[in-house]
Amino acid sequence: MSMNRRDFLKIAGISTIAGIGGTAIVGGLQKGVIEAAQTAPDTDTLTGKKWGMAIDMDKIKSEETLKRVTEACHRIHNVPDFSNTKDEVKWIWTETFEHSFPGQEHQFMPDAIKHKPFLLLCNHCDKPACVRVCPTKATFKRKDDGIVMQDMHRCIGCRFCMAACPFGARSFNYRDPRTGLKPEEINLDYPTRTKGVVEKCTFCRERLAKGLQPACVEASNGALVFGDLNDPTSEIRRILASKYTIRRKPELGTEPNIYYIIGGSDYAVVPEIK
Amino acid sequence: MLEKALSGSKKYWTWIFILLVLIGIGTVNYLRQFQTGLAITGLSRDVSWGLYIGQFTFLVGIAASGVMLVLPYYLHNFKQFANITILGEFLAVSAVTMCMLFIFVDMGQPMRILNVLLYPTPNSILFWDSIVLSGYLALNITIGWVVLGSDKKGIAPPKWIKPLIYISIAWAPLIHIVTAFIYAGIPGRHFWLTAIMAARFLASAFSGGPALLIILALIIRKFTKFDPGKEAIQTLGKIVTYFMLTNVFFFALEFFTAFYSNIPGHMHPFVYLFAGLDGHAKLVPLMWTSVILAVVSLLLLIFPATRRNEATLAIAAAMVFISLWIDKGFGLIIGGFVPNMFEKVTEYWPTLPEVLITIGVWATGFLVLTILYKIAISVREETAGIEIEH
Ligand code: SF4
Ligand code: SF4
Ligand code: SF4
Repeated sequence: MSMNRRDFLKIAGISTIAGIGGTAIVGGLQKGVIEAAQTAPDTDTLTGKKWGMAIDMDKIKSEETLKRVTEACHRIHNVPDFSNTKDEVKWIWTETFEHSFPGQEHQFMPDAIKHKPFLLLCNHCDKPACVRVCPTKATFKRKDDGIVMQDMHRCIGCRFCMAACPFGARSFNYRDPRTGLKPEEINLDYPTRTKGVVEKCTFCRERLAKGLQPACVEASNGALVFGDLNDPTSEIRRILASKYTIRRKPELGTEPNIYYIIGGSDYAVVPEIK
Repeated sequence: MLEKALSGSKKYWTWIFILLVLIGIGTVNYLRQFQTGLAITGLSRDVSWGLYIGQFTFLVGIAASGVMLVLPYYLHNFKQFANITILGEFLAVSAVTMCMLFIFVDMGQPMRILNVLLYPTPNSILFWDSIVLSGYLALNITIGWVVLGSDKKGIAPPKWIKPLIYISIAWAPLIHIVTAFIYAGIPGRHFWLTAIMAARFLASAFSGGPALLIILALIIRKFTKFDPGKEAIQTLGKIVTYFMLTNVFFFALEFFTAFYSNIPGHMHPFVYLFAGLDGHAKLVPLMWTSVILAVVSLLLLIFPATRRNEATLAIAAAMVFISLWIDKGFGLIIGGFVPNMFEKVTEYWPTLPEVLITIGVWATGFLVLTILYKIAISVREETAGIEIEH
């Protein structure tokens, strides 16, 4: 049942891109009017109660894949590139196993795992520390689908959320982000930001509203699986029920919703739960 | 009473002029920061708070320490503090002013500062901190001003001020406890995640603040006819001694827990600060300076002979102040961010514009302090010798 719906949505999404019957949505998504999607949900919208992601590191075989995935996100969301780590802004990036899961590595581990690059992004935690500390509710958790959002027009740039997030998922615009974008590469369908505000991955809520999968998922060739953790029949739930997965720093109680599949190269054949 | 600030000696005006120049330099640099963004500071994605927030934290302590004069005087009728209680209250006013300015210059979108009040968020400690700080500022301005105004007229202060004074006594520790909670409740930053944080904050505040007051009192006695009182300064010396001991003791407790438990996450910030981590050791000389100053100052304070001698007491007070400034105004913040969430080391060091802005804010604080002290001292010089029952 849910697979069928998903397939239908995929087709709907593709037709949106192609502009078949989707011109109204695309046309309506000009800069600044993106909020409209929240008040008048499109019928194509992907709906879920608690979005999450499973990342199968075994399926990511090359640097190219990683590059394609991260660039897909950064390009589509106008994430600036200043080529320096100090003022860096990033929504999704890689870090080796030992730095992604500090304390989990050990000296006899094969180097291939220890130094394997893992994809990191905001965990859209169930109990997000960033939301707890924000003095203006500029970062908040959406009730309907659990996405941890960021209101760029309200953020005062105090960076309390950056101190609080245990996953280093947040970036501050130390300089005008528009100066880190090539004018010809700016995606006019997505807002650019101003200096002095904090930003991070938004789980592509603007794409979900159009019935599309997140950009990184789409670019990952099946290595990233996005879905509703509340739905026991969803693909992601079936993967989590059958494969060994780990999360980053679960001991801190934020309840991260990004799962990493360890040694799961064959999860695609997991039988469907009836 | 404000007119008292407008007449003064040549020295007074030179001092005001120096402060104004520093404020001017700070302002110019702040405008640059406002224009280009916080990129002109040494802050980064990994170390996202630095000198500004460190100064803020340190100065909340200085502000809270005013209570060390107010409490003995009003609750225990400790007459020796009759003259200098006003100095404590006005120091608090100047310190809270600086706190607010430091928060302001640290913000990425300072023009949106009112959002904190427009969208009140009780689950954020920063929300509570802004409330307790502005409340404390209002209390101290009101109390200091009203009491001084009555002194000037040679009458006892109005009755309604008493409840405010009692509230301010309870309020003072509160501002520092709430500030400690900014740090002590964050998951994943081992250096800050410690139940003893608020207690440490109070101990360092109640030693650093009175240490500064000793220095200020000695300066005032040198340059004016106003005498804060030898005994009052000696009592402050004892307060500094006990709280500095407590502070060092608390720090040792942190050290023990981190290293005896042998938990890497707990040890790393200490290792970074005092020995360097992965070849990064920018803060090591600074942190050891703080330790040495703390130890030497304690020796000077504990031995009665050196504590009673005002020259050595002044040196000890300056050492305490500098030691705590390094520990709290710098080490505490950076230690929370290094190593980062990926167990990697990104170092931080303030840039020149950042330092100049910081000096500009301190100069603003000292300008407020100078003006308030000038008024207080002028009034007290006029009424010297008159006993007023408070
Ligand atoms: S990963 Fe960090 S930024 Fe994302 S929801 Fe969790 S605490 Fe917030
Ligand atoms: S930087 Fe913005 S989002 Fe983060 S805590 Fe401050 S106001 Fe909230
Ligand atoms: S979910 Fe969307 S916003 Fe988040 S990392 Fe992937 S592409 Fe970027």
